[in-house]
Amino acid sequence: MYGRKVKLRFFYIILILATLTLSVFLILKSLEENVVFFKSPSDIQVISELNKNKIRIGGMVKKDSISIIDKKLNFIITDFKNEINVVYSGVVPNLFTEGKGVVAEGYLKDKNFFSATKILAKHDENYMPPEVKAALEEK
Amino acid sequence: MIGYYSLIFGICLSFFIYFFSIKNLNDTQKLDTKIIKLVFLQFLLVAISFFGLIFSFIKSDFSNETVFNHSHTTKPLFYKIAGTWGNHEGSLLLWLLVLTLFLFLFLIKSKDQPKKYKILTLLFQQIIIFGFFIFLLKTSNPFNYIFPVPQEGLGLNPILQDPLLAIHPPILYLGYVGTSIIFSSALAAICSNYISQIWASHIKKWILVAWIFLTLGILLGSIWAYYELGWGGFWFWDPVENVSLMPWLALTTLLHCILVLEKRLILTSWVVILSITTFALSMCGTFLVRSGILNSVHTFANDPERGLFILIFLFILIFLSFFVFLFFYKDETKNTKNFIGLSKETSILINNWFMMYFLSVVLVGTTYPIFLEVISSEKISVGPPFYNKLIIPFLFPFLIAMAIGPKLKWIKSNIEDKFYLFLFFIISLILSTIIIKDLKINFLLNTVLVASAIFLFFISIKEFFNKKLINFSQNFAHFSFSLLILSILFNNIFSYELITNLKVNETFETEKFKISFESIDQKNKQNFKSIIGKFTIEEFGRDIELMQPELRIYNQPNIITSEADIKVNLFYDKFMTMNYVQNEDYFNIRYQFKPFMIWIWLSTIMLSLSGLLSFIQRKYEK
Repeated sequence: MYGRKVKLRFFYIILILATLTLSVFLILKSLEENVVFFKSPSDIQVISELNKNKIRIGGMVKKDSISIIDKKLNFIITDFKNEINVVYSGVVPNLFTEGKGVVAEGYLKDKNFFSATKILAKHDENYMPPEVKAALEEK
Repeated sequence: MIGYYSLIFGICLSFFIYFFSIKNLNDTQKLDTKIIKLVFLQFLLVAISFFGLIFSFIKSDFSNETVFNHSHTTKPLFYKIAGTWGNHEGSLLLWLLVLTLFLFLFLIKSKDQPKKYKILTLLFQQIIIFGFFIFLLKTSNPFNYIFPVPQEGLGLNPILQDPLLAIHPPILYLGYVGTSIIFSSALAAICSNYISQIWASHIKKWILVAWIFLTLGILLGSIWAYYELGWGGFWFWDPVENVSLMPWLALTTLLHCILVLEKRLILTSWVVILSITTFALSMCGTFLVRSGILNSVHTFANDPERGLFILIFLFILIFLSFFVFLFFYKDETKNTKNFIGLSKETSILINNWFMMYFLSVVLVGTTYPIFLEVISSEKISVGPPFYNKLIIPFLFPFLIAMAIGPKLKWIKSNIEDKFYLFLFFIISLILSTIIIKDLKINFLLNTVLVASAIFLFFISIKEFFNKKLINFSQNFAHFSFSLLILSILFNNIFSYELITNLKVNETFETEKFKISFESIDQKNKQNFKSIIGKFTIEEFGRDIELMQPELRIYNQPNIITSEADIKVNLFYDKFMTMNYVQNEDYFNIRYQFKPFMIWIWLSTIMLSLSGLLSFIQRKYEK
């Protein structure tokens, strides 16, 4: 009924649409699974239920809070309103010092206790992650 | 001061160039030599201003704001010079310099192209140059004057004080800016109805140039991140890395599909769209990096005005190009040549599909957090698992297509020597099963991946022997790529690391090895104090290795950086960093064993070398 060319073109369009939907679907699905949300210590206090997802917590490292217990690094992240204890056993970035900004990635054990799997490196001593800045400005 | 005035003259010249080119467009048959002279003069003026800035950096002239912000008298001379483009203002000036340089080279290198096409390219390129002139002068003038003159500068971020990072920006910019000439030329070719096989073979050179430099630029950045940031990896899916990967993907796609255009004059609109996309992505990269939306070592200044300017400029360019595309583009090629079935163009089209898929994955991953934050003020980040999950499974068909594709002929073809292909595939499968068998990882996925990489590796080696020189550079490129993928895979599979906190004289032991912290040493250098730790690592079954990672405490600005100690050989890297833990005597130690690390660098160098080879081959054929 239709010419060969029309059929071919039709086939192309179907093919393109199918691939597009497939890739969009894949991308969105895996986005859903793999994004990491960012919270401040105050946000943690107000969340209603703990889930098992990986999150990031940002704030300042509290003064005199860094210590090593049992070869693991312990410190406190504060946004000067609320604070949270962090335990970590990986590599610390060079600019990880007390009184400076920090972003820790990991899992919440409970509302006051966070087990970090990664502490994010920063490159500039004056640099403060915008998330932290915003969190600090909100208070 | 000379620098500033020569920039002003430079922008004025833009108007002259417009005037003469438009006059010349309808006037004579020949391209006015006056225009070439003017373009050269513009390049010269920007160059003067650039060298003026370098000079201010060398003699530490702190009356210049840029120098004051980014230099220091105790900084070694080399980094004073490199500091010129280690900051926002200077790097933009460099960008402009490369823009004008490319335009000049383009004009003198394409003598035998039609005049109208050349002038139109010049006009489009001049629009970009003009935009960057305004951007530079209005929002980021590198020659701002400070009074009273400060005694001492603020210094360059020590993490940027590194030989690799000193040459990384110029090389990367040559790649980025190289895409601008492709963009202008594609638009000009539409306007003057010059999209043809001749155009394709002419613009292919420029695509190759941009591609070679972009590849090298990304490589340099990656090597730097490996040893300087101390994370021990080479790619982190950091937004800033992604931003350079996106134009690379688009450019690689373009490089493949320009071949189809050159040979068969199909896919013309696709080529044009790709040229526009590539440049838009480069601009997008500049925008994202400069606007302060992304955070990284590249975010020099968080000035919203700058971001806004680039965004507006980007939109103008995109609109302009779409306008040109819609109104001037005439599809004269007859679409009767369909290409379903087995042929080289189908295989290139498959490559294009995959590349576009990879590109969109990276694009979504990079920009989604930005959009989400604007829309819902929810802050998220997209990490490596996202990319790994979406890209890695598709590498398998991609690699197979990459192995078989080049063996096909144009228009219509059969797969020859099916038997050999099959045999090779079986061998690769067996090999990879043997390699993966005893490891505690995802067996199926890794076996299939390694098998397809080995398959490509074998096929391209075989091609070296039984083909004439004709496809040598292409084959070499595919060979290097297979080597790259193989080394990345093996690197991922066989790496292991150990992280712990140690005091001096302490020892840490696992089943595999023993690390002893022997001693610590302090030294004063020109602009930093260095603390060197001595460690011995005893791996059971291997020799004892002495590792000496270093901590550097810079005086201006006051920053601590850690320098990894890396023992490199052809088969593996041993990598060690140490960090200082505040309030404690402990040092934070990271030791990594990374097989085939050097092959990742080598194969990428080979990849860009294959671009160069393709150049030589073209010269040779003529």
